[in-house]
Amino acid sequence: MRKIAVKTITETISQLCAQANFQLRKDVLAALNSTYRKETNARAKRMLKAIIDNAQIARREKLAICQDTGLPVVFVELGQNAQIIGDLKQAINKGIELGYKKASLRNSVIADPLSRGKSRFSPVVIHIDLVKGNKLKLTVLPKGFGCENKSLMKMFNPTVGIDAVKKFIVDAVKTAGPDACPPYVVGIGIGGTADTANLLAKKALLRQINKHHAQKRIRVLEKELLSKINKLNIGPMGLDGKTTALAVNIETYPTHIAGLPVAVNISCHALRSATKVL
Amino acid sequence: MRRILTPLNKEIIGKLKAGEEVLLTGTIYTARDQAHKRLVKEISKRKNLIKNQIIYYCGPTNTPRGKVIGSAGPTTSSRMDEFTPKLLSVGLIAMIGKGNRSKEVRQVIKKHKAIYFLAPAGCGALLSKKIKAQKLIAYKDLGPEAIYELKVKDFPLIVGIDSKGRSIDDISYGARRAT
Repeated sequence: MRKIAVKTITETISQLCAQANFQLRKDVLAALNSTYRKETNARAKRMLKAIIDNAQIARREKLAICQDTGLPVVFVELGQNAQIIGDLKQAINKGIELGYKKASLRNSVIADPLSRGKSRFSPVVIHIDLVKGNKLKLTVLPKGFGCENKSLMKMFNPTVGIDAVKKFIVDAVKTAGPDACPPYVVGIGIGGTADTANLLAKKALLRQINKHHAQKRIRVLEKELLSKINKLNIGPMGLDGKTTALAVNIETYPTHIAGLPVAVNISCHALRSATKVL
Repeated sequence: MRRILTPLNKEIIGKLKAGEEVLLTGTIYTARDQAHKRLVKEISKRKNLIKNQIIYYCGPTNTPRGKVIGSAGPTTSSRMDEFTPKLLSVGLIAMIGKGNRSKEVRQVIKKHKAIYFLAPAGCGALLSKKIKAQKLIAYKDLGPEAIYELKVKDFPLIVGIDSKGRSIDDISYGARRAT
């Protein structure tokens, strides 16, 4: 049994906070640069330029890409042959607090969703998966709420046609309109129970946006949805243009004979995440 | 590109058209969800803070050592829609944010000859470079949601809804109009 001390986990999480918030993901930056070259609408081009400049300033000056440094979502893949010495969740929350304070990020977490109260850095949302092996994979996804507020999910009848599913997804982007900082990355979760679909939609945002799904059928669907969404003419910052989304990432899971859950989790153009394997 | 200075007045605002890009220099005040809720509750006490002023829907990050302010971009304006008519009724002259406003807000903007600006969304690092000073004004306990006075120079804005009630949606052919 490989032993991993919680101190190492806290330090790693702390570093990932700064990395995720200061350095825009390479795949996202590459997609922005590529759409900047292709965009023909003059204002849309200027807006994309501002987004790219913003990412450069953030990286160079160690400033948050966006002031909404999110409700940090931490994904843990724990190898079943690894043993954590200490309290894992406490170590993660401590790492977030240290990392966010040190990097001067924003304390956007409130302890009680109804009575609200003072905002702080933790507790964050933690998802833990048990996997094969003896490694520990940690991912920090600072999810801003401008886009999180546009999340949608629907429990379809199992007999519904694929066109209804496509329409639901495109309409979800249409409803988000200019509000959630387009160009978007659209995460889609299909299958499982309601909670599975929502989690898959969020996890879909972690996949590199230049990599399509392994299954051909899903790959085709991703491309078709992206093309449909980019015909909405919402454009960068909602001021028109070809670039409404940079990518559509779909993840699926088996489901029940009676249902077809579909969840949409939109990310703004500042799709931030950082991962380290221990 | 037109440069405008604070304090803004109806004459300056009257010249600006939906869709136009401007650079703003002067003083603006941050306020978002919780600050709006409080401002509206204490409206009679807070009139002087609001009259003829500009509210920026923004909750900046903490300030890094050696910097004027941290990342400081706009937040989604529509969450403030329910409070906006009250603030406009006591003389708020302009708002800065991102995204669409309700039909009601658009009408009230027209009624009071006020204005709604869009700031580049998701560009908080870039916008922080245009902020030259910050000072806490009210509601310290709200942390990032407190009211801060910001001195800005050449802050880039686009007119979202002008004083005649024309919206950028009218000249934009995208899904903005359909939603």
